Amino acid sequence: MKAQITARKTDPMPALTTLTRDRGSLFDWKLLLGFIGVSVLLVLSLFTGVFDISGGEAGWEMFNITRVPRTIALVLAGAAMAMSGLVMQLLTQNRFVEPTTTGTTEWAGLGLMTMMIVAPGAELMPRMIGAIGTAFVGTMIFFLFLRRVTLTSSLIVPIVGIMLGAVVGAVTTYLALATNSLQSMGIWFAGSFTTAIRGQYEALWIVAIVAVIVFVTADRFTVAGLGKDVATNVGLDYNRVVLLGTGLIAVATGVVTVVVGNLPFLGLIVPNVVSMVRGDDLRSNLPWVCLLGVAIVTVCDLVGRTIIAPFEIPVSLILGVVGSIVFISILLRSRRYA
Amino acid sequence: MLEVQPGPAITDVPVNRQHTASGAFATDRDRHRCWIVVGALVALGLALAFGLLAWGNPLPFGSPGFWRIAQMRATSLIVIAIVVTCQAVATIAFQSATNNRIITPSIMGFEALYIATQTAAVFFLGVTGVVVLKGVPQFALQLLIMVLFAMLLYGWLLSGKYGNLQVMLLVGIVLGGGLGSVSGFMQRLLTPSEFDVLTARLFGSISKAEVEYLPLALPLCIAAAGLLWVRSRRLNVVAMGRDVTTNLGLNHRREIMIVLFLVSVLMAVSTALIGPMTFLGFLVATLAYQFAGTHDHRFIFPVAVLTGFVTLTGAYFVLKNIFYAQGAVSIIIEAIGGATFLVVLLRKGKL
Repeated sequence: MKAQITARKTDPMPALTTLTRDRGSLFDWKLLLGFIGVSVLLVLSLFTGVFDISGGEAGWEMFNITRVPRTIALVLAGAAMAMSGLVMQLLTQNRFVEPTTTGTTEWAGLGLMTMMIVAPGAELMPRMIGAIGTAFVGTMIFFLFLRRVTLTSSLIVPIVGIMLGAVVGAVTTYLALATNSLQSMGIWFAGSFTTAIRGQYEALWIVAIVAVIVFVTADRFTVAGLGKDVATNVGLDYNRVVLLGTGLIAVATGVVTVVVGNLPFLGLIVPNVVSMVRGDDLRSNLPWVCLLGVAIVTVCDLVGRTIIAPFEIPVSLILGVVGSIVFISILLRSRRYA
Repeated sequence: MLEVQPGPAITDVPVNRQHTASGAFATDRDRHRCWIVVGALVALGLALAFGLLAWGNPLPFGSPGFWRIAQMRATSLIVIAIVVTCQAVATIAFQSATNNRIITPSIMGFEALYIATQTAAVFFLGVTGVVVLKGVPQFALQLLIMVLFAMLLYGWLLSGKYGNLQVMLLVGIVLGGGLGSVSGFMQRLLTPSEFDVLTARLFGSISKAEVEYLPLALPLCIAAAGLLWVRSRRLNVVAMGRDVTTNLGLNHRREIMIVLFLVSVLMAVSTALIGPMTFLGFLVATLAYQFAGTHDHRFIFPVAVLTGFVTLTGAYFVLKNIFYAQGAVSIIIEAIGGATFLVVLLRKGKL
């Protein structure tokens, strides 16, 4: 364990075992076990709620309108945000980076807010496009900054990112204040799956495409994680991979922000926990990152749904509290090896 | 232009050096420029302060009525002075202590804590919560909570074998985020009218400050800022980083703890007085380093305070008397500060 972590410190990202790995080892019994565990959680999610779904026709109808979409939304959003975090960490070669610590989420929020002001009656699609667009621009600005500066400590990156996020967030807040939509903005951004019902959650399927693309291009991100020089040396168009990665992150963050809201720290804690346990092979870690992301979101959502039933606590609150505790413990752990 | 050496300007290779003694300034020209800047800022500050007092005052200058109106306006002037001193001195000291020029102490959980206590008051006590929170003892309590929080956090994270400044910063920010989600949750459960009352408390506004807080806020601000200024020479050393500090015979951790304590007092005063102002300190500190032409804290602190005063009174004056929108002052300042942050960030070469 300790050896793994020290290795992680000296060599920021991937392990070289990728080269010698047996492709068949991807699906072992542990993964199956994890899969079963997450399935149990999802079934629990299907049967948690106020409405009695065992009550014949109406119950079945309700089940299809709310429970199934909500559970699908949990799977999609959890997996997408966890994977976004992972890709971002590879591209920046920094463990402490994810959409909320680089301002990507805030940029998406700014885009959403702008679209709501420019076109108040806009459908979900234009709003989403606005959010994705600003998320992309914002993430590119951050990457641009990272490439220009020489860093004295890897911890500077999230600090700068959160500051940047605060700037963007302040702009959004003032826009909201000026248009008298502060409270509704708060509701928009507080990540919650309450609104994930039939007819409203379908846009989330877009992130499924993102997930598939990440799976297919996983090795490219692994190589890009070795740094620009190494990546170029082994024949990779580094800039194109960065562009692709940023695009994927922007789409995932934008869509999730608009449909669900903010899911803080998810992309940070999941990849870190997975690589603490399993080491740093992206491709074989990916299923685990997805599973753990889904599991954490589902557990938080279940807690939020049951703790003050029949009301709900937004999942972002629980995630914010749990996430910041886990993040801080990761930080405190890391300073031993820093 | 912004890529500056860490720590005080050492007489490296001055172009037109006239004397060889090492001092705060690289050249005599820099020294003169600094004094000119200080003079200009003082003049501008005085003019703006007078303008704020006298502009649009219906009574003739010098009459008793004039002074009565001016006296009422002088309160907001004092508030501006306190806030600016707090933010400017705290930000510069914090930046030097953490060896990081792009950071402000306001993101270290102070604002989140302020927002959390205010929200909690409204959440648990309803609209009356805001009223309950008014009063000098409550103000003192708010100050105490914030300073205690900061000292516990800093003390815990900087002590021990693995004390690490960067980790401390990040933990502070993340804790702020966690507190933010707690307040966010409480805000969601408020009725719109309660939320409205709360919102008024959560945005930085000069006119919001209570006069009765001033007897407590003013001495605290002067004491903390004065102590930091007295410790300027030590700060000059601390700004060069841990190794240099230790090498020069100072106890780095102790110095940092003292600075952070004073910073937390200043930030608590400012935040509890007028609410969160995230980027004012950053804007002022950045401008001050540009103006002063030195990194000696003995000069940087006064220049920063003057710059801040001119900036804030200027914005207040223009928006109040020309655009009739004094509520927007903090918004404008924050927007400019945020934009400056972005520009500085993209021009940085090393962090």
